[in-house]
Amino acid sequence: MNVYRPAELDEALERMASRPVGDPLLPVAGGTDLLVHWPQRLDEHERDVLDLQALDDLRGVRWSEDWLELGALASYWDVIVDRRAGEEFPLLARAARQVGAIQIQSRGTWAGNVVNGSPAADGVPVLMAYDAVVVLESRAARRTVPLDAFYTGYRRSVRQESELVVAIRIPRRSHELQQFVKVGPRRAQAIAKVGLAVTRSEAGWRVVAVSVAPTVRRCPTVERRLEVGPPPRSPEDLDEALTADVSPIDDFRSTAHYRSRVLARVLYDAVREDARDDAAPGR
Amino acid sequence: MLELAFTLNGRPAALSVNPAARLLDVLRYDLGLTGTKEGCGEGECGACTVWLDGLPADACLVPAYQAAGRDVRTIESVAPERLRPLLASGATQCGACTPGVVMTALWIVENPALLRSHTVRELMAGNICRCTGYDGIIEGVEAAVAERMGTPGGAS
Repeated sequence: MNVYRPAELDEALERMASRPVGDPLLPVAGGTDLLVHWPQRLDEHERDVLDLQALDDLRGVRWSEDWLELGALASYWDVIVDRRAGEEFPLLARAARQVGAIQIQSRGTWAGNVVNGSPAADGVPVLMAYDAVVVLESRAARRTVPLDAFYTGYRRSVRQESELVVAIRIPRRSHELQQFVKVGPRRAQAIAKVGLAVTRSEAGWRVVAVSVAPTVRRCPTVERRLEVGPPPRSPEDLDEALTADVSPIDDFRSTAHYRSRVLARVLYDAVREDARDDAAPGR
Repeated sequence: MLELAFTLNGRPAALSVNPAARLLDVLRYDLGLTGTKEGCGEGECGACTVWLDGLPADACLVPAYQAAGRDVRTIESVAPERLRPLLASGATQCGACTPGVVMTALWIVENPALLRSHTVRELMAGNICRCTGYDGIIEGVEAAVAERMGTPGGAS
């Protein structure tokens, strides 16, 4: 196992580009996903890694007129303690505070959560509900990909082997509704059986479901149902749209039946007040 | 092997380590600091909590190479008298979780402004204890914070 610890982004991208196809370097930000039960995962101990921790340019939370930008090393804790983030994007801190506990929040990163690609991720759904954009860089080029177009399948994404996620950008806009719900066996230190992030802004509804598909999943049919349909009167009113968007399964954490019932209920709970308010004349 | 230099409990430390080692392994087996315990090995129980650059971290989930150039503080750096509020409130029993509990507790005690936005219970949620039922731990931390702030409270 070789460990590369570049202090400059150019050097990091050079390292990433220098690998043969099919044998990429593994970029490591906080390491909290990588090291779970590490002593038992001997076959992975040979893998060469690119440790990002010396890349100070990738640290922290940055604000511009149009964006909140989370550097690739921005941790959950960095966002929890950023008062402005708490005011403008409250779902970020709400989700971050439900990731493990301080010991994970201090090390785990938003970019790592995105790249790790777990369908049960806590950070990804709130980023997606805020229309976040992933900034990818390789030696050859820099490009941006909307987070809702980032995943191509279970733990698969459009990120190429030589690319690093260098930042995540969230457009600054005001939201008239924002909700995040994580359903787990306990309030801390849990992985979601079901999760949901919902926002509504001038850009429309965003509904993002967790642990009910191979990836964290944006739900366009549900969004359209909320946009143009009659206000839902019960969780069952949302079933048809949900069925089009998600495909829950039985696994060691929960069952397909539980997941679809609970998802419909938390979704109904998240949208019903607002949907009823909007049932005013003219809509 | 990987050359690793960092600050450990206020003193410089430098050694060669297995590049695949966790910070927990380096502390316990290379440096002989066995106060930091391994519990679950998956970042759930918090028994291996240390401070990394002033924040609690699970040493079982920190690659050793990420300690390079950083400030690491372990239970060995804690003066015994600092445990008094926890002992007084019945916050310890079998002791397996205690080193991690103490490291998180002292972080709260040294950063009492955290309690403007968080409860002790939320901040301690990453330290699992199978003996005490938690109330003694929470009371001990609250008493230590009160003591630190110079207000009477908790311990009588």
